[in-house]
Formats: sequence, C-alpha cells, structure tokens
Amino acid sequence: MSMEFLLATAIGALTAVGLYLILQRRTFPVVIGLSFLSYAVNAFLFAMGRLTINLPPIVHTEAEGYTDPLPQALVLTAIVITFGMTALIVVLSLRSFLETGADDVTLSTQPDEVATAAHPRREQQ
Amino acid sequence: MTNQWLIMPVAIPAMTAALLVLAMRYSLAGQRIVSVAATALQFAVAIGLYILASGGEPQVYHLGNWPAPFGIVLVLDRLASIMLLLAGLLAIGVVLAALGEWDKRGRHFHALFQFQMLGLNGAFLTGDLFNLFVFFEVLLIASYGLMLHGGGPQRLKAGFHYIAINLIGSTVFLFAVGTIYAVTGTLNMADLAVKVPQIAAPNQALLATGAVLLLTVFAIKSAAVPLHWWLPPTYGSTSPPAAALFAIMTKVGAYSIIRVYTLIFGADAGPLAGVATPWLLPAGIVTLVLGTVGVIASRSLLDLVCHSLIASMGTLLIAIGLASAAGFAAALYYALQSTIASAALFLLAGLLTQGREGRSRVERVPQQAMLFAGFYFLLAIAVVGMPPLAGFIGKLLILDAGRAAFHTTAVWPAILITSLFMIAGFARTGMQIFWNSPRDAKLTHAAPMLPTLVIAAMIITVAALSVFAGPVMDDMTATAEQLLTPQRYIAAVLRPRIAANLPGE
Repeated sequence: MSMEFLLATAIGALTAVGLYLILQRRTFPVVIGLSFLSYAVNAFLFAMGRLTINLPPIVHTEAEGYTDPLPQALVLTAIVITFGMTALIVVLSLRSFLETGADDVTLSTQPDEVATAAHPRREQQ
Repeated sequence: MTNQWLIMPVAIPAMTAALLVLAMRYSLAGQRIVSVAATALQFAVAIGLYILASGGEPQVYHLGNWPAPFGIVLVLDRLASIMLLLAGLLAIGVVLAALGEWDKRGRHFHALFQFQMLGLNGAFLTGDLFNLFVFFEVLLIASYGLMLHGGGPQRLKAGFHYIAINLIGSTVFLFAVGTIYAVTGTLNMADLAVKVPQIAAPNQALLATGAVLLLTVFAIKSAAVPLHWWLPPTYGSTSPPAAALFAIMTKVGAYSIIRVYTLIFGADAGPLAGVATPWLLPAGIVTLVLGTVGVIASRSLLDLVCHSLIASMGTLLIAIGLASAAGFAAALYYALQSTIASAALFLLAGLLTQGREGRSRVERVPQQAMLFAGFYFLLAIAVVGMPPLAGFIGKLLILDAGRAAFHTTAVWPAILITSLFMIAGFARTGMQIFWNSPRDAKLTHAAPMLPTLVIAAMIITVAALSVFAGPVMDDMTATAEQLLTPQRYIAAVLRPRIAANLPGE
C-alpha cells in the first residue's frame, strides 16, 4: 500500500510541478517543466507493469512470479528520446536568446519592455 | 514467406539519410542526386505496395521474425498503402521544389528530409502502438530540424513553441500508452483489438481514459481546435518546402485517429466502441469555423494558407466523425486532394512572399504575373471547394455522407457557410496581391523554374483527382469497408503466431 501511495503521489507532484512550469513566460522554466513532465511519465510507465519486489524480469520455473520487463524497455526508449529532445530545446532556447536578446516565449522578435525591465544588465552588454 | 518490400519505405530513407550525413556532408550536388533518387525510389515502392494492397488482403511484416503480439509488426492494408502513396507523391514534389535555392540556406536539408520520410512511412505502416510513438518522434525530430532550416529569430521563436507543444504531446502519448498497456497487457494493435472487448468492467474507465488521452495527442497533431494554436506560427515562419511537406503531418494525426478508432476502439470494441466519435464531430465543426475565421482575419498569404489548412482539417475531422463507410471514404478522398492543394499553396506563398517589413510579410508578384495569378485562382478553387476541382467533389461527398437526420442540421450549415466565407477570404487576399501591389515593387524578379513546375504538376494532380474521381472513390470505398471490417487485419497479424508454434517449419 505505502509504495503505491508514494509512487502515485510522486507522479502527481512531478506532473503538477511540470504543468505549472510549462505555463511560465520564460524559456528556462518551460524547459525545466518539460523535464519534470518527462520524469513523471517515466515513473508512470515504469509502474504500468504493476509494482513488484524481488522478482526476476523473466519467466522462470523456480521463481514465484515475474516482473513485466516490457515497461522497463519502454522507459529506456522514452528516456533516450526525451534526453535528445531536451538537449535540442535547450540549444534552441540558447540560440533564440542569443539572436533576439530575450528568453521570452512570446512570438514577437523584438525584446519587449517587460523583458528589458526584468534583465536590466542586458542594456550594458 | 514474408514480403520484404514492406520494410523498404522505412529502410530506404533510413539508409539514405545516414549516407547523406556521413558520406556526403560537403557535397550539395551529391546530396541532391541521392536524395531525389531515393525519393523517386520510395515513390516507386509505394506504387508497388499500393498494387499489392489493392488485392484486399492485409500484408504483415514481422520485424526480426518475432511472432506477432511479442515482436513489432508492420502492416500494409489499403489505408496504409494510400497514405504511403500520398507521402511519396508529395515528397517528390517537395524535394524537387527545394532544389536550387531553398536547400542551400542551411545544412543537411536532404538528410532531415529523408528522416522525415522515414518517420512518415513508418507511422503509416506500423501495427504497434509504442512503435507508432517512436515513428512519431522520428518524424517530429526531423521536422524540428526542417522547421528551423535556414534559421532566423522569428523561426527560432516559433520553433520553440512547436517543439514545446510536441514534447507535451509526446508525454501525453506516453501516459496514454502506459494506461492502455496497464489495462490490456499488450501494445500490438491487432492484439489490442482482440483484448479491448474482453476488459473487465472495473478497468473499462481506465481504458477509456487511455483512449481519450490518445485522441488528445492525435488532435494536437491534426491541429484540431482547441489544440491548433501551434500551427499558424510554425508553418507560417518555416521555409516553403518544409511547410509543403508539413501539409501531410496534420494528416498523420487524422490517419492515426482513423486507424486507432476503427481497429482498436471500433464497432467490435464492446462497451468502448466508438469512444472517440462523440468528440470528433463537434471538434471538426469548431475547427472548421475557427479556421475560416482565421482565413477571413489573416493579413498575409502565408497566414491565409495556414488557416485554410486548419479549416480543411476541420472538414476532414467532420468526415471522420461521421464514422460511416461513406464518411471514411469521403474523408480519404478529401485528405488526398487537400494535402496536395495545401502543399502547392505553401510553395506558391513561398514564391510570392519575398520580403518582410517589420512583422508583416510583403508579397511581391514575379514577372510571370499571369501564370501565378492563374495558379492562385486554381488552388483557391481547390482549397475552398468550388467546382470543378476535387475539393468540391470531396465536400460534396462529405455532405452526402452526412445526410443522416441529426448530422444534416449540424454538418451542412457548417460546411456550406464556411465555404462562402473562405471564398471571400481567398478573393480578398488574391485582390490585394495581384491587383493592389505597389507598382514599383511589381515584376522585379523572375520566379525560379523548378518550384513553378512543381506547383503546376500539383495542380494537374488535383485536376486528375477530379477527372478520375469515380475510380478513385471506388478505391476509397473499398478502403473504408476494409477499415470497418478489421477481422481480416487482425487475423493477418495474429495468425502466424499459430503457424510459428508448429515444429519443423
């Protein structure tokens, strides 16, 4: 019971934090939020084969049962893909910050007044 | 004996892309030759597979020769073969149009293009839900690269939105896949179709959650309202050949909706039969209406084309939402012509949009003004759905499929009234470009040859779809009937399991 509760709470908390951060205005929190969401989904995928302890991931006559190995394979795939995507979006945010001078998510190409006010140091560069 | 040709639409672009990146990094001429040849080869294979699939028996390819519910399968049925053919046809047009100017603006255009084809072809062929996710990721990663091809601040900003929304979509896809696997214990689509009707009552709500989450993902891909906001800035700020290729990406979403909600959650799915249907029709109508509002409100040709693509996705979703054989057949016919016409419009918008003043784009008419005005006129007719081109026939078929008493009151006014407003939107934009351009900006540059020819060829294809609407519709009807009787698909995928258990094979 306690393990299920802990895992479900953890997934819920990660998802909530991820969703909150995705709705932020700057690219950095959005990227972090996406990472949080992917952690949540990885834990969720891991749990979808049901939680068991001390069982081999293979059908064996001497073991009492088995852990479903497929979710673990799926999680590995998902981790690899998310890792690549996160790297891409980090580089993209950096490029877009360097080219436009603002890490706003908004679509205007000019750094607007809000962005300038939040980063007064940029004026000196 | 498995038919090895089934893996070719995935293998050819995979090999080509690797070759382009590793061996031909610095030779643009070599890249062009190899890329065009590989695209032509894919189209030829797609034609062959189409002929194979029109035999009516779904063909199955077991990857690594693993038996069906355990290994990943590729399945070629009529629907998959039609989508492969459409992708191949569009790819040839786009790769030819990109030669010359557009593929020089950044590196690796052709490699990214081939990776995109790998993802598209794989998504159409796969018979496994998690594998569908993987191919979605492949085509998305490639599309990020293509979308950003050439760079520029506007493109980077829009690209961030596009990537973020698709990363969220991928996460939701994984949640949906996880939920479905947790309940059914399988991800093979044919196996799911067998297991879903047998799910015990306490787990049905969980499975329905997974099914609707999956629909959300496909709705993001197919730009259904309210998940369509990413499309106009993305397609509007990318390079024209990339946007033209992306015209089929929204159809990948529509294809996935058709595939999953006829095969897995179709009429035989017991309590979960038609779990998506109540959502599709209203979503389609709202998408069509908002797309049309966008067409009326758009200030530049590219915005207009993006919003008309959303409107056409709305029409397509309405046809799918009818969930009848006639509806699916009409949807497929409409999808064929709308993809090609939208792609041609994106290329045309690229040729006409040569400059930028501040945030608003400036259209400049090339020297061959008459020719381009004619192109615009024909494509507007095709996209809006006026006679005699295929868009009209497609809309007529959808109206005809929606003749049931309840549907008529909702579908007919939506399609007919939005068509009127779209005519107004297209006419206004056409007048602004071709009649109201400032004189000094006019007729200064010659349009490049190859894209012009490609646009002409695409218009001819749409015209051919109208002329041969009868035979094409026969084929679409056969496809729709095959979709609504998935038993043969399921049997084709799962039968070899029994054969594999026999000794001495």
